[in-house]
Amino acid sequence: MEIKIRLNGRPVSDRVEPDTLLIDFLRDHGCLSVKRGCETSNCGLCTVFMDDKPILSCSMLAARADGHSITTLEGLQDEAADFVGFIADQGADQCGFCNPGFVMNTIALLRENPDPTDDDIRAFLAGNLCRCSGYEGQLRGIRNYLNQRKERLNGRQDV
Amino acid sequence: MDDRTYKTVGQPCRKKDSMQLLLGKPVYTDDVVPKGALTVMLLRSPHPHAMIRSIDTSIAKKVPGVVDIYTWQDVPQTRFAIGGQTYPEPSPYDRLILDRHIRFSGDPVAIIAAENEKAARRAMRLVKVDYEILPAITDPHEALDNPVLIHPEEDWVPPCPVGGDNRRNLVASGVEKDGDVEKVLDDCDIVLDRTYHTKAFQQAMMETFRTYTEMDRYGRLHVISSTQIVFHCRRILARALGIPKSRIRVEKPRIGGGFGAKQTAVCEVYPAFVTLKTGRPAEIIYTREECQIAGSPRHEMEVRVRLGANRDGHIRALDVYTLSNTGAYGEHGPTTVGLSGHKSIPLYTGGLEAFRFGYDVVYTNLQPAGAYRGYGATQGIFAVESAVNELAERLHIDPTEIRDRNMVREGMMMPAYYNEPANACALDRCMARCKELFDWEHRYPVREMGNGKVRTAGVAMAMQGSCISNLDVGSATLKLSDDGTYNLIIGAADMGPGCDTILAQMVAECMDCPLDSVAVFGADTDTSPYDSGSYASSTTYVTGKAVEMACTQLKEKICEIAAQMLDCDAAELTFAGDCVRNEHTGASVSLEDISYKSQANCSVAAQTTATHSSPVSPPPFMVGMAEIELDRLTGQVTLLDYVAVVDCGTPINPALARIQAEGGIVQGIGMTLSENVTYNSAGRPIESSFLQYKLPTRLDMGHLRVEFESSNEPTGPFGAKSIGEIVINTPAPAIAHAIYRATGVWHRELPITPEAIAMDTPLT
Repeated sequence: MEIKIRLNGRPVSDRVEPDTLLIDFLRDHGCLSVKRGCETSNCGLCTVFMDDKPILSCSMLAARADGHSITTLEGLQDEAADFVGFIADQGADQCGFCNPGFVMNTIALLRENPDPTDDDIRAFLAGNLCRCSGYEGQLRGIRNYLNQRKERLNGRQDV
Repeated sequence: MDDRTYKTVGQPCRKKDSMQLLLGKPVYTDDVVPKGALTVMLLRSPHPHAMIRSIDTSIAKKVPGVVDIYTWQDVPQTRFAIGGQTYPEPSPYDRLILDRHIRFSGDPVAIIAAENEKAARRAMRLVKVDYEILPAITDPHEALDNPVLIHPEEDWVPPCPVGGDNRRNLVASGVEKDGDVEKVLDDCDIVLDRTYHTKAFQQAMMETFRTYTEMDRYGRLHVISSTQIVFHCRRILARALGIPKSRIRVEKPRIGGGFGAKQTAVCEVYPAFVTLKTGRPAEIIYTREECQIAGSPRHEMEVRVRLGANRDGHIRALDVYTLSNTGAYGEHGPTTVGLSGHKSIPLYTGGLEAFRFGYDVVYTNLQPAGAYRGYGATQGIFAVESAVNELAERLHIDPTEIRDRNMVREGMMMPAYYNEPANACALDRCMARCKELFDWEHRYPVREMGNGKVRTAGVAMAMQGSCISNLDVGSATLKLSDDGTYNLIIGAADMGPGCDTILAQMVAECMDCPLDSVAVFGADTDTSPYDSGSYASSTTYVTGKAVEMACTQLKEKICEIAAQMLDCDAAELTFAGDCVRNEHTGASVSLEDISYKSQANCSVAAQTTATHSSPVSPPPFMVGMAEIELDRLTGQVTLLDYVAVVDCGTPINPALARIQAEGGIVQGIGMTLSENVTYNSAGRPIESSFLQYKLPTRLDMGHLRVEFESSNEPTGPFGAKSIGEIVINTPAPAIAHAIYRATGVWHRELPITPEAIAMDTPLT
């Protein structure tokens, strides 16, 4: 069957098998940031946006994305670059394999809730596993980013 | 830390690859290899112990897209070991690529090579195997001298004498001692005799095992693999495939986590065999289920501790016996078990009059075990630290005080640790600082919170090594580049923790240049200098020292080239970072000009390789304290706070050292509370996915606080020891201790699930 999607803002159409998973379709179309960490929707590594909402691409058929807009980390480089440096400053990137899913879901969090508490962050990202960092460094990084953003915004208001 | 002040060492620099990783760039095995490789999949046995009577692949081979299917009749008949260890390996040569004799539920029966995954899966269902079912041994207690032999084969070879005997299902055995342990135990006021049990926990790195292979442009086998051990991998493949090492090149791109799992060549041999047979590129990617049932998990161990002490809390004797279950194959079996004694008993060097450490490592028809962060120390420390906590509670002595009285201290010789001295040991300071940070006085008491909930705390100490002494080899090649910058080339493998970066920090420190001026490359058997690989907590300590030495050597060469340019003796010159100066004449040449000179009419190489090996393995030390809230009705344990203070010598990069500690603690929390391993009737782990094997999420770990108490290890680079493994060792005994405080029950088996707690807790 043929599907048509908007992938990172560009129209893409291709033939897929009825059982093709979205994650495999995306990797086949050059979106190599999308990672598979399990086959059971438990790790969050394959998180992408469908119509701007985070979904797990390992548990969605490519066919279901037909007519929708899909965004991967490849399409959000600038928005991600804004805050991932704060994760890097903590050394919390570590092996990095979970990073794209984590970064995508953090972007989703911050779009939905620009001023989350630590508990909001933990709850929203609970489905994003990381085996290296112990999570605290990721939290510190997000917190530092938010603090810095707040200062920047306050600074602008002062001016 | 030593007294010197540093510019780059000791700084929390970003990892060199961090932005690539965080922005999702294609840097891992499956991202960097060309498309179109054959998909390699393995048909695995459903039976734990069987002999293959016959296999019929004729129908499966007719599936469109199937290229070939291989069985035990097609593979070389030389036995090999897949544990990544220095030759001659302590692990027995007990594997074939495919064997007629099936030894665990998950043992490969056939290799399927197909144009795509769909065809491979279809073919897998069509291979017909006739198994002769054999009685299986799944209980390690029943393995030794069982008439059922797991490795009866005549060509079972132990490359090293480690006390094994395949006619007894025995991989290794041994006893070590100092003093007369029975005599001292007889003389003690109190002797505790306790047995502890830990399971075959999974590393569960996020990137599963995977390998790509192709014939390169010279007709050699080119292997791109997610591995911690490129050089060992090359040697293992050469033996298994029966081809010269010179015909193999192994490289690793970025690695999505290892934790020791990738210190074993778990999957490399299968696509390599396919590529040799077909001449075509091939790739294998393990599913998460394959990682869980046919990976390389922690050795299940049962550790019996006999601890002798006086009423005043003086610990006088430790008698430790470990029964280790290596599963169906013996990789890392003889060596992991050693750490269960070597890295637990020496913690109590302070007052110990005698010790004995004995062990047996047995085969069973279960998933073969391997290397996992902590490597046996984790199991031994859970046992010994729990026994010490049991002693303290029995004697009504504060468990931190009992440790203060007995712990190893700087300057002591450690008879239970290969008679090595504790040159640098801040364990006493770690304990003092941890108590203060944690507020031990107020959190240790049992506090009823109402509604059946109770809060309290537990404590544990830990140690590890910093390499395998007299064995591990670390090397570094350092080159001066065109513009006065450097290339550092290593054979150690950065699987995430950041060795590429901390080794570059050392170069920047020694060569007095910015970190950005050091480019790192590793690891590739064709281009990297030989390195044992990244395991045994060795990279900072051993390879780091090699880096330091390479810098010293390169400075001399740079001065030699500069001497030609300044027309003077090299001895008159001083290396000053961006230039070389003659202090007498004031003349100088820039590093950039020296690098250009090295490329024109010059016979001095502006590069050098240094290699290091250490006669000692200085232990890092740490103290961990856990506060929990326990619901007596449901058995639910909520971890509220975990505080750890670590002595890793000098933290070369405090940010990365801290993340190591935090990550290791959370991994330790997982195996203590939620990661279970149970088996179905075929001996296959029931927890075969992340749905059942519950890794801690960010909601399961409370607050973590980590600090460092630095010491100065004179044999390490910049005073450094290690950090990578020790950090997983304290949660299990500390949390088990807190659970005892809350319930009055000692749980001596991991994990300690809510069910186990609720069933054993008297309702009060």
